[in-house]
Amino acid sequence: MSNVIQPAQLTRKDFATDQDVRWCPGCGDYSILANVQRVMPELGIPLDDIVWISGIGCSSRFPYYMNTYGFHTIHGRAPAIALGVKAANPKLSVWLATGDGDALSIGGNHLLHCLRRNLDVKVLLFNNRIYGLTKGQYSPTSEVGKITKSTPLGSTDQPVDPASFALGAHGSFVARSIDTEAQHLTMVLRRAAAHRGTAFTEIYQNCNVFNDGAFESFRSKEHQKERQLLVEHGKPLLFGEQNDKGLRLNPRTLGLEVVTLGAPDASGNVVTEQDVLVHDETNPALAYLLARMPFPEFPVALGVLFAEQRPTYDASLWEQNERAKAAQPADLGALLRSGNTWQV
Amino acid sequence: MTTEAAVPSSPLESSPAEGLVDSAPRRKLRGAVVRFAGDSGDGMQVTGSQFTSSTALAGNDLATFPDFPAEIRAPAGTTYGVSGFQINFASEDVFTPGDAADVLVTMNPAALKTNLKDLKRGGLLIANSGAFSTANLKKAGYATNPLEDGSLDGYELLTIDITKNTQAAVKESGLSNKESNRCKNFWTLGLMFWIYGRDMAPTIDWIEKKFAKQPEVARANVLALKAGHAYGETAEISHYRYEVPKAPVEPGLYRNIGGNIATAWGLVAASQLAKLPLVLGAYPITPASDVLHELSRHKQFGISTIQAEDEIAAVCAAIGASYAGNIGVTATSGPGMALKGEALGLAVSTELPLVIINIQRGGPSTGLPTKTEQADLLQAMYGRNGEAPVAVLAAQSPGDCFYMAIEAVRLATKYMAPVILLTDGYLANGTEPWKIPDVADLPRLDVQFRTDPEGFHPFLRDPETLARAWAIPGTPGLRHRIGGLEKDYDSGHISYDPANHERMCKVRAEKIERMARDIPEQTIEEGVDSGKLLVVGWGSTYGAIREAVRRCRARGLDVSHAHVRYLNPLPRNLGDVLGRFERVLVPELNLGQLSLLLRSRYLVPAESYPKIQGQPFRIAEIEDKIRQLLES
Repeated sequence: MSNVIQPAQLTRKDFATDQDVRWCPGCGDYSILANVQRVMPELGIPLDDIVWISGIGCSSRFPYYMNTYGFHTIHGRAPAIALGVKAANPKLSVWLATGDGDALSIGGNHLLHCLRRNLDVKVLLFNNRIYGLTKGQYSPTSEVGKITKSTPLGSTDQPVDPASFALGAHGSFVARSIDTEAQHLTMVLRRAAAHRGTAFTEIYQNCNVFNDGAFESFRSKEHQKERQLLVEHGKPLLFGEQNDKGLRLNPRTLGLEVVTLGAPDASGNVVTEQDVLVHDETNPALAYLLARMPFPEFPVALGVLFAEQRPTYDASLWEQNERAKAAQPADLGALLRSGNTWQV
Repeated sequence: MTTEAAVPSSPLESSPAEGLVDSAPRRKLRGAVVRFAGDSGDGMQVTGSQFTSSTALAGNDLATFPDFPAEIRAPAGTTYGVSGFQINFASEDVFTPGDAADVLVTMNPAALKTNLKDLKRGGLLIANSGAFSTANLKKAGYATNPLEDGSLDGYELLTIDITKNTQAAVKESGLSNKESNRCKNFWTLGLMFWIYGRDMAPTIDWIEKKFAKQPEVARANVLALKAGHAYGETAEISHYRYEVPKAPVEPGLYRNIGGNIATAWGLVAASQLAKLPLVLGAYPITPASDVLHELSRHKQFGISTIQAEDEIAAVCAAIGASYAGNIGVTATSGPGMALKGEALGLAVSTELPLVIINIQRGGPSTGLPTKTEQADLLQAMYGRNGEAPVAVLAAQSPGDCFYMAIEAVRLATKYMAPVILLTDGYLANGTEPWKIPDVADLPRLDVQFRTDPEGFHPFLRDPETLARAWAIPGTPGLRHRIGGLEKDYDSGHISYDPANHERMCKVRAEKIERMARDIPEQTIEEGVDSGKLLVVGWGSTYGAIREAVRRCRARGLDVSHAHVRYLNPLPRNLGDVLGRFERVLVPELNLGQLSLLLRSRYLVPAESYPKIQGQPFRIAEIEDKIRQLLES
């Protein structure tokens, strides 16, 4: 018999606040919020130990709608604020809600350093490839040629791919999902929650006001099967209506190629499942190839592209401090009297 | 070993306060100003700091001023690569590193070229003739050798081939010529130790610790030090032996301290007194980096240091730490302050405690990174968007940095507000003897987190201080959301209500103003509380103003000195103090920023006396200005 009182199982409702949600009707953020509120009760973390931190932008309103601790900070700086929060209290479960402009434009530097330090925070990047809150300018993930208010002749900027950026910054967990694909998104969120270190999740999110349909070419029912590759660790990289298309590594070019099972390849050899790459989420080179596949020649890779365990910044900082405390007493008087002194 | 030039034997000239009293053959001095100058690779800062330690141990009062170039290793022999270190020490109170030097040690022609103007006429000039090669003379812009052409006739010139003497002294250590050459600063130090009768033992200890892993280098430096000392004994220069008796100071245990170390220790003390861990977010910047270096050595006190990716991340990490219940601190200099502005506004809006230390340097932009200035006062006061009041404090001496750092933490945590502490390059790198305080005498900092969920909202205020509740993540039942959007006064929720915004702006301003009830009243440092002229200063000009006012009063002039350590809010009686004087003079190392504040706040005709040359005030400059105002 145990006297420990088990906390009541939390539900989705426990995570909702009394604030009216103020995103535009039809915004992909609603779906992300619903899925997050569905996953969080499963994690077994007390509400009081969760902190949502955000920067500026539509996505950054997120903390107001989560009945946890929340800090709506300034543009791009959420990872930097989180750095201090985790340094002060590494026990907190810290989640960041950010967007493509917040995370990759004004806050690109902080995200880079958060990833390489491996701060133990979960980063949800809502990528809608547009600036929404400032009413429709192109973003660092907008495609070349994008016509917006600030680029009436089309954007000349080369976009950045968030997942490849995260991999390049030595992120320890890099995943992708889609706002409306609840099952997949909740699976990815669970994985992110379980990861120790910076769990970077890019979520393709539709802005129905300023960039409606940005992801329809692979999100729609019509294209979903042919243009999405749902990666799973240890499973072959297969996709297509019949699940008969796969990715093969060309050892001469060190590049990927799409092959069809049972069909002859360019050299006339019939492709079998043995030829198809098996996803290994601990392989950074493979993750990079998957993140950078050109579309629509290749499908869009979704799921956990990369995950590795390595020490987190906050745990290392904490350990170092604890070692210092164990090695030397905290004697202020002794500090002030250290070195050369003289009595008058 | 020979001296290469005739040594005149006339007594040194001196001003009354820094001067020398002759008592041949071993002359007793009330004090002296010594400057070491050489190439930035010549080790002048080490020489200066070791000379300082020995002077402090000898019981003199002192003040130092290192003056070095921004380049780590500028091309050897050039004027812009000259590094200097000045020390003023005496048997009486010392407030500044001194104006002109009584003794100038120059290690090469460039050092002579750039420093001679600061040597008193008739002062002792020690020159390393070994570095006065044709090439070096040309680099320094000399057509002929000043050691030989008679142009230095107005000084007591002592030329020694320090390079050659050093090489001879360290020969047995087996070091290469190049390595041996690096020992010449210790040879020079040895000679200076002989001149002022200093004990070599602490420096020998220091060398042995510093070079523990390179015993041959340690040995060579000790050999050089001893050889320089022995040179004094054997060369016929015994008329240069001086003695500066101990200064009469308050009894106690003393140490020498620089402003950045004092700031760092003040933060450690504050963290201990508040019983709260401290997180420093910092990005390396001259002249603030030593605060980061020093704090990173003291993690046993529950100090975490984060070398952030930039100045913005540094302040944001500090804000995050404060939000999570630690003392968040960031330390920087002017360009870093400019970058932190938006985050400071966030701390104002979310009403979180935050300590921002700005160790000012010459600006604008990159400006003069290694030189001192006080031109960030208005930036500290107003450099944010919107109505964003913060508390602003200023330390007035290296040792005062310790107390003002504690004060910054006290006010920040008690009032839930950002506090900017201004110091500057002169305080940061300058040193003074400091009476070590008893920990039991330091102020208690009573910090409470909110834990009671009953009736809680995040912007509930203490009726006395107007501070909001500090409710940290992880506290059961106090979940809330805060941010940079305007908040409703009564619930803390986002509010766009026009009247509420005005109410919130006013309450944030009122909160800072109420600190005036909680800080000391303005005192008079020197002089009386009314009269013809009040000289009002702030920050590092303290020593120069105080000494200048003291000298003027000794001449019978009706002048007093007040030094403002609390710049926002200003002490509650400051207006009355100003009103009791006919005239107010405000010397500042900027173009008149405090005078602007005083004029606008108190409608007094404060006269600005600006200096903006990257250098501190000389006592004489302020003295002359006072005399000009009162004797004309």
